[in-house]
Amino acid sequence: MALLEVNNLGISFGGLRAVDNFNISIEKGQLYGLIGPNGAGKTTVFNLLTGVYPPTDGSIVLDGVNLNGKSANEICRAGIARTFQNIRLFDKLTVLDNVKTALHNQIKYSLLSSILRTPAYFKAEKAMDKKALEILKVFGLDRIHEYRASNLPYGMQRKLEIARALATNPKIILLDEPAAGMNPTETQELMDMIRFIRDNFDVAVLLIEHDMNLVLGICEQVKVLEYGRIIAEGDPIKVVNDPKVITAYLGE
Amino acid sequence: MENLKKKFAGKQAFINLAIIVLTYVLLTVLMSAGLLNRQYTSLLVPIAINVILAVSLNLITGFLGELSLGHAGFMSIGAYVGALITINMDAPEIVELTLALLAGGAVAAFFGFVIGMPVLRLNGDYLAIVTLGFGEIIKSVLISMKITNGAKGLQRIPLYTTYKSYTLVFILMVISILAIMNIVKSRHGRAICSIRDNSIATQSIGINVSRFKVMTFVISAFFAGIAGVLYAHNVGILKPTTFDYNKSIEILVIVVLGGMGSIRGSVIAAIILTALPELLRGADDFRMLLYAVVLIIIMLFNHSKIKEGLLNNNIFGKLFKSNEEKVGE
Repeated sequence: MALLEVNNLGISFGGLRAVDNFNISIEKGQLYGLIGPNGAGKTTVFNLLTGVYPPTDGSIVLDGVNLNGKSANEICRAGIARTFQNIRLFDKLTVLDNVKTALHNQIKYSLLSSILRTPAYFKAEKAMDKKALEILKVFGLDRIHEYRASNLPYGMQRKLEIARALATNPKIILLDEPAAGMNPTETQELMDMIRFIRDNFDVAVLLIEHDMNLVLGICEQVKVLEYGRIIAEGDPIKVVNDPKVITAYLGE
Repeated sequence: MENLKKKFAGKQAFINLAIIVLTYVLLTVLMSAGLLNRQYTSLLVPIAINVILAVSLNLITGFLGELSLGHAGFMSIGAYVGALITINMDAPEIVELTLALLAGGAVAAFFGFVIGMPVLRLNGDYLAIVTLGFGEIIKSVLISMKITNGAKGLQRIPLYTTYKSYTLVFILMVISILAIMNIVKSRHGRAICSIRDNSIATQSIGINVSRFKVMTFVISAFFAGIAGVLYAHNVGILKPTTFDYNKSIEILVIVVLGGMGSIRGSVIAAIILTALPELLRGADDFRMLLYAVVLIIIMLFNHSKIKEGLLNNNIFGKLFKSNEEKVGE
């Protein structure tokens, strides 16, 4: 059985059917792309998968665990992490603390030991620092870990968001337009990075992207959404040459 | 780098400890030398009480990022519960006071839990109104209940926390500050701050936002309750009208003036704003006017380019400069 198994997923906002009959099955370590014109419902799919919206129908099963009706934080603990289209960092916290916050469920100690500063506190904090710096190092952010997140340049903020998602120790990571606002060099870097985290952190990746270079460069499979429905799927090269897909993007 | 950080953290703790000890020694010396007259000594405990109140409210406003206008309500619960215990009990002072502090804090914390529930659904202005209403409800209940002696209030509360026992009050204040500081700099504190910065992202990294919102209210209310107990045994009489929304706003003013999210700021502002009206006894009528003026000035300053410039030059300017070569791409 696949790592993530989504069947017949759908949601209606009043009379609007935003996502309809969405199926996807992602294997362990797979790089999966989700593309489609603006307003097709790609981000809505992410919001359904991560529990931001409860699906009207359909089922989401991760590693044999049914995630239907779970809240966003429970779904994250089950193993789905995500980034956002418009970056959502903890602006007033430092780079390091952003990642350490995401380690909340990995390394624990009680409220009492944080008030009394017991040895357990110091031990756990030290372990958190180590782990967080390790993750930051992958993104080249470790040397600026004392900066406030809001003071980072745009590209680094995007990287930090991925680092933070990775720190929750996910089985699958959903990236919502990771290359948005990046120049070609940065995009190339990002592609290498996504491959690197797939190989070294043992995660599957599902990404939304408009940059076709990135999609064709790293995705093993893609799905194309239009008006909430899947109109094409399969091998990236074949899909982007599919007349239906070209029509969806460019019109008749 | 790691070493440097450790050194810095150690230094910070040392400075804090030095400030605490120095303040205490200074107070003791001044008191025993008789340099402080009654007017000043009677200020010591109210200052400590306001420090506890401000620091605990800061946890909600500064770190959780929610506006609460019901802090006087939590304080009054602590005050009444504590006073009722010491009035009706017949035990040594220390036993009575300990019990009063624990019970006052616990009952206030329970109400913090109750008021924390609507927080899950509300935020911003709406929450502010709910907490404001909560404070007023508490006041009305205190007026109408028999055990609290209605509008006449409680009298003859044993004076356990006057300036004579300022050591005890000082220790309690320090414990409160340290406890809240320690919470802020822990995984729980980071969760609270992350809710302030972006609650959707906080959910997305697996933190139960509701749980931490309620927890923040409980902790904050607990310390407000403690401050209430200290207040009751300092003044000796309790009236429901003392704890109206004016009191809540007074505490909020301290927090805003000291800077949201700055514990040291809250402490300093609490000292200044408690002492100032007393020191300006002659201008007491203008106290609220003074508050307003000072608040406006501080708010203007907080949003001014001057402060931004100061911050940029002193902290971030230097940081970026020293790392320029490494960061630039």
